[in-house]
Amino acid sequence: MKKLKKHNPSRIAAGSTRKSVKRYGALFLLPTVLAFIIGFVWPFVWGIYLSFFRFRTLRFTSFTGLDNYKSALSDSAFFRSLGFTSAFTVVSVLVINLVAFFIAYALTRGIRGEGGFRTIFFMPNLIGGIVLGYIWKIILDAVIIEYLGSALALNATYGFWGLVLLVSWQQIGYMMIIYVAGLQNIPGEYVEAARIDGASSWQLLRHITLPSIMPSVTICTFLSLTNGFKLFDQNLALTDGKPFRETEMVALNIYKSFYESTTNMGVGQAKAVIFFIIVVVIALSQLYFTRRKEVQA
Amino acid sequence: MNNRSLSGRLLTAFFALLSAAWVAPVIVVLYNSFKTNDGIKSSLFSLPTADTFAGLDNFIKGITFGGYPFYNSVFYSLVITVLSVALILLCTSMAAWYISRVDSFLCRVVYYLCIFSMVVPFQMVMFTLSNTADRLSLNTPYTIPIIYLGFGAGLAVFLFTGFVKSIPLDVEEAAAIDGCTPLQTFFLVDVPIMKSTFISVGILQIMWIWNDYLLPYLVLDKTVYKTIPIHIQYLQGSYGQVDYGATMALIILCLLPIVIIYFLCQKHIIKGVLSGAVKG
Repeated sequence: MKKLKKHNPSRIAAGSTRKSVKRYGALFLLPTVLAFIIGFVWPFVWGIYLSFFRFRTLRFTSFTGLDNYKSALSDSAFFRSLGFTSAFTVVSVLVINLVAFFIAYALTRGIRGEGGFRTIFFMPNLIGGIVLGYIWKIILDAVIIEYLGSALALNATYGFWGLVLLVSWQQIGYMMIIYVAGLQNIPGEYVEAARIDGASSWQLLRHITLPSIMPSVTICTFLSLTNGFKLFDQNLALTDGKPFRETEMVALNIYKSFYESTTNMGVGQAKAVIFFIIVVVIALSQLYFTRRKEVQA
Repeated sequence: MNNRSLSGRLLTAFFALLSAAWVAPVIVVLYNSFKTNDGIKSSLFSLPTADTFAGLDNFIKGITFGGYPFYNSVFYSLVITVLSVALILLCTSMAAWYISRVDSFLCRVVYYLCIFSMVVPFQMVMFTLSNTADRLSLNTPYTIPIIYLGFGAGLAVFLFTGFVKSIPLDVEEAAAIDGCTPLQTFFLVDVPIMKSTFISVGILQIMWIWNDYLLPYLVLDKTVYKTIPIHIQYLQGSYGQVDYGATMALIILCLLPIVIIYFLCQKHIIKGVLSGAVKG
């Protein structure tokens, strides 16, 4: 057997393909790797490096050790933006996923017009954050001014719920598509077997449907969580942090520490590193916790 | 059975209402784009009347509004999106194929760095990236695709590699035995097999780059090059007087092609979204 394997012609061919492919490395790999270094690796490394420097322009930088991090961590606006972002993310993840799951669940039972409804719910996804923000700003402002006697830029509570509404409108359709795919992948026998055993609709949902779509839940919570934390365009277009930076999210706060700071841009870079670490920790722990709940089908 | 069809009908009615609410914001903007500014200000939600109907005035005004021709924005957005997506598809598919076929230490490093880059928030590299782009003169619509290739490589390489792994080696070996060079093998054998992945990755990248605001805003010279999102944000933000009618007309002009393309290639778009969501 062993001897046969050794002389297997396809094995030899595979080896020689690999070798001959390798010679083409410069052509296949180099363009992407070069661009990747310019567009990601170098800016990333340089960004970490710069977070230890004090600078207004890149011509005059001076090493300050951890001072930028100290300033970042004692900046109350930064902390408020972290709090606002966390509250926003928790609320929007819950709203998006519950509504998206409900819609997906209802639109996979063969009711009339299913496909059309899905098409409509998904549509807002294709509109960019800036345009979305502007559409909702016009509409929410009209409603708030008319019926509540305030304005989006004057009241942080309206700003918060306005953002939740906007992001839900944008992302529910996206998550719905993922849940629909998950629901359609549940083997029919599972449902049938449970029905024969006399399971009620609620038991079916609780013990068959939900466990089987845990992979979709993992993906959707991961996406809505990281989207929520990284939100920028919508925040800029809808409230721009108004009133008094109360609706400023972390990404916008960092942006403003860079481009509206006249003293030291290093603080902005230090905030960015802190932000990066938070996002990585959240993403990894979320993946870890929901992965544990997935069942091996 | 009767009961079931009744509940089905109720659900359909409910979702019809919900769908109507879902498209309402866009509809409101649509009919307001035909109203005069006074009509918009006095009541946003009322339909145009004989008094408030402005015809196509807002659209005509919108095209040159803000001291910048709108068709320029459309042109630059198109140039950036088309060039970037073409570059990303060509380069990352080749890189992904090489990575999964050669599978050396270097390849693995590149692959894991790509996955890592997907989690990193843009703010982390925002300042240093725009500086690097400036220094290397990657700050025009014709050179910014290189930045997009670099920053967008993560997802694209990840998706392509996932698919290349499922292509049986036998096909490529047969081609090699018939005398194909790796380049020929890739373009004549693999690319046709990967067609659906190309469409999926392409759609994901189009959705991202077409709507991207911050990267072009920081990198490009904004007095010369304004993409559509930059232009819309400029009209809302720093431009002295806000003209709702003209801005809404521009929003409608932005949405129109997106909606048309969506209804034409809905299947592909949804497939692209699903393949992009498998990450994680």
